[in-house]
Amino acid sequence: MTTKKVTGSQAVILSLLEEEVDTIFGYPGGAIMPIYDALYDHNDHVKHILTRHEQGAIHAAEGYARVTGKPGVCFATSGPGATNLITGIADAMLDSVPLVCIIGQVASPLLGTDAFQESDVVGISMPVTKWNYQITTPEEIPETIAKAFYIANSGRPGPVLIDITKDAQFGEFDFDYKKCTKIRSYLPEQPINKFKIKEAADIIDNAERPLLLFGQGVIIGRAEEELKAFVEKTGIPAAWTLLGLSALPTDHPLNVGMLGMHGNYGPNQLTNHADVIISVGMRFDDRVTGKVSSYAPSANIIHLEIDPAEIHKIIRADVPILGNSKKSLKLLTEQVKENRHDEWLARFRESDKTEQEKIIQKELFPEKPGLTMGEVVRIAGDKTNHEAVLVTDVGQHQMVASRYFKFRHPRSNVTSGGLGTMGFGLPAAMGAQIGAPDRKVIAFIGDGGFQMTIQELGTIAQNKLPVKIVVLNNNFLGMVRQWQQLFFEKRYSFTELQNPDFIAIAKGFGIDAHKVEVRDDLESSIQTMIDHPGPYMLEVVIEKEDNVFPMVPSGASVSDIMLEP
Amino acid sequence: MKQEYIITVYSENHIGMLSRITLVFTRRKINIDSLTVSESAIEGIFKFTIVIKSTPDLIVKVVGQIEKQIDVLKAFYHTNDEMIYQEIALYKVATEALYENDTIEKIVRNAGARILEITREYTVIEKTGHKTETQELFFELNKFKVMQFIRSGRVALTRDPIERLSEFLKERDAVLEQID
Repeated sequence: MTTKKVTGSQAVILSLLEEEVDTIFGYPGGAIMPIYDALYDHNDHVKHILTRHEQGAIHAAEGYARVTGKPGVCFATSGPGATNLITGIADAMLDSVPLVCIIGQVASPLLGTDAFQESDVVGISMPVTKWNYQITTPEEIPETIAKAFYIANSGRPGPVLIDITKDAQFGEFDFDYKKCTKIRSYLPEQPINKFKIKEAADIIDNAERPLLLFGQGVIIGRAEEELKAFVEKTGIPAAWTLLGLSALPTDHPLNVGMLGMHGNYGPNQLTNHADVIISVGMRFDDRVTGKVSSYAPSANIIHLEIDPAEIHKIIRADVPILGNSKKSLKLLTEQVKENRHDEWLARFRESDKTEQEKIIQKELFPEKPGLTMGEVVRIAGDKTNHEAVLVTDVGQHQMVASRYFKFRHPRSNVTSGGLGTMGFGLPAAMGAQIGAPDRKVIAFIGDGGFQMTIQELGTIAQNKLPVKIVVLNNNFLGMVRQWQQLFFEKRYSFTELQNPDFIAIAKGFGIDAHKVEVRDDLESSIQTMIDHPGPYMLEVVIEKEDNVFPMVPSGASVSDIMLEP
Repeated sequence: MKQEYIITVYSENHIGMLSRITLVFTRRKINIDSLTVSESAIEGIFKFTIVIKSTPDLIVKVVGQIEKQIDVLKAFYHTNDEMIYQEIALYKVATEALYENDTIEKIVRNAGARILEITREYTVIEKTGHKTETQELFFELNKFKVMQFIRSGRVALTRDPIERLSEFLKERDAVLEQID
């Protein structure tokens, strides 16, 4: 490539184009104005989504990244613009979401002087970024952006932040772009140890009650086919974590459901009966393990993981297999013998029956008059032929939707797992819709979380994003209320909400909306929503004090999973 | 059981590295007992020597999380008996006390310390050794009132015959070649 003289801010845009960025989520302000000015000349090449708050931009970038597998790109100005991104960056850090955040900063001579809208963004974001860097000269821009994209989306992905001082945005230099392909101090994935594969294969071949646990690592590594081939060859029951949802079709005969605090009865309880556990691209989060000291006591643990720091972090692995799961699963599948575990699998199906009778039936097909979250999720799923992208916020509705929405295709689940960020849902849904314009995107959001980022209805309306928003309204911060009921003697301390007229609000933003209060109106209203060509909000008034079950109480063992209070 | 560990971190010379490394300790509420930072034998690569108290189980996780930082090349941990280590201490005493009798001189000689500078008002004594030794000398000298005292962070070398970082860099280069 020939070099040409450009300003720093032009270099930022040119670098993003070199990285094939098609969408930027952002919010302008003083310190990033030169970059926005350079962006003005590239409206044809790159779409910019002006959100209503920086938190909206960062969650939208996450939603975009989750459905596309490409880094989400975010712009914000210095000071408050940057600090408003922090929650989303922390969210992306815990959920391994690739993001590149480009932040304006006060001019370099003003650094450290408490200048207007100055904040130490590099310092503030350090604990929640995979990497960050402050640029003070234009010459650093191409190389730093190249490095940022490489770091964000290689190995275990994560958020990267670049802070660019205003003088670096104005300065001129000879632009030349070279993609980053390696960094001496950073090994994105370890070469796979073939001896460990052999060792694991022997254990798997001799297992009587093996259980496979898979997480988002399978989706990030695009190893869905390899996972399927492995379980089909070995006949091993496979359970997904919250973020592993959609990596295997829901209806796959070996898919035994969801792990975790509100996961399915079978995989939780039978974890402690397994003699071998193969965990793939998951990190034994405390919501999955329950009480660690009594977790899978009789199992040999085989841990397939890309991040060396996750090995032995929570659960000691008997056979750690470092590396990319796409490669390690393939090697492992080649080494293992064909097998079936029909009796063992039948025990999961037996547990499913119990769960169906005690919980699922009355959640999905309730006989009481009050509407349940489960039936709304069931109907929405059926009516989209299980092909939609599910976006959830955080709380009861998130657990219900994750339990009952069915998946046929990978990359169909966008939720805030590790950080549990309320307010994530609405902006993430708009990012997901931009990333997957040809897919139906359905967001289930509680009345609490909805009000945390409700202003993004404006962004959705302005960009005519056909997101389907289902607000499950129980007039409570439902999950906290559930805990208060179960563990705090029904002392409902500050969990009841006086909600606004959501329909009027949606309509005020120019979004069609409808409120459902009775069962007779539910199915046709969901149909109307799905058939609607543009954005649509459906508010469903649901039973005020319903609980999500089963439940592994905090600090209890997974085998102590409760089917009822 | 907690015991003392010496963590050695090799990193690129980038601004903010110290913060990135110390954050790993802050998060887990681990106190840093001593910290020394300087350029290593390899130009451009910096070496952090950090002393903390930890359990064998925890130290592995902490070092793993340090190594995970993008600009960190490699982190090692060792128990004290696996390393040769020293700290340096400086003591300032009134020169007058030195002239009164030869006690201080004897203390200095017995401790293997040396006198760095003598002025009319004060004398600066230097002692290199383990903390127990520099502390003991402080105790002895303080009988004559130590006016100022400072002890450095620890510097440490492994007992390995090879330079582990050079070995590591060779291996890393080979692995990075493979990836292409």
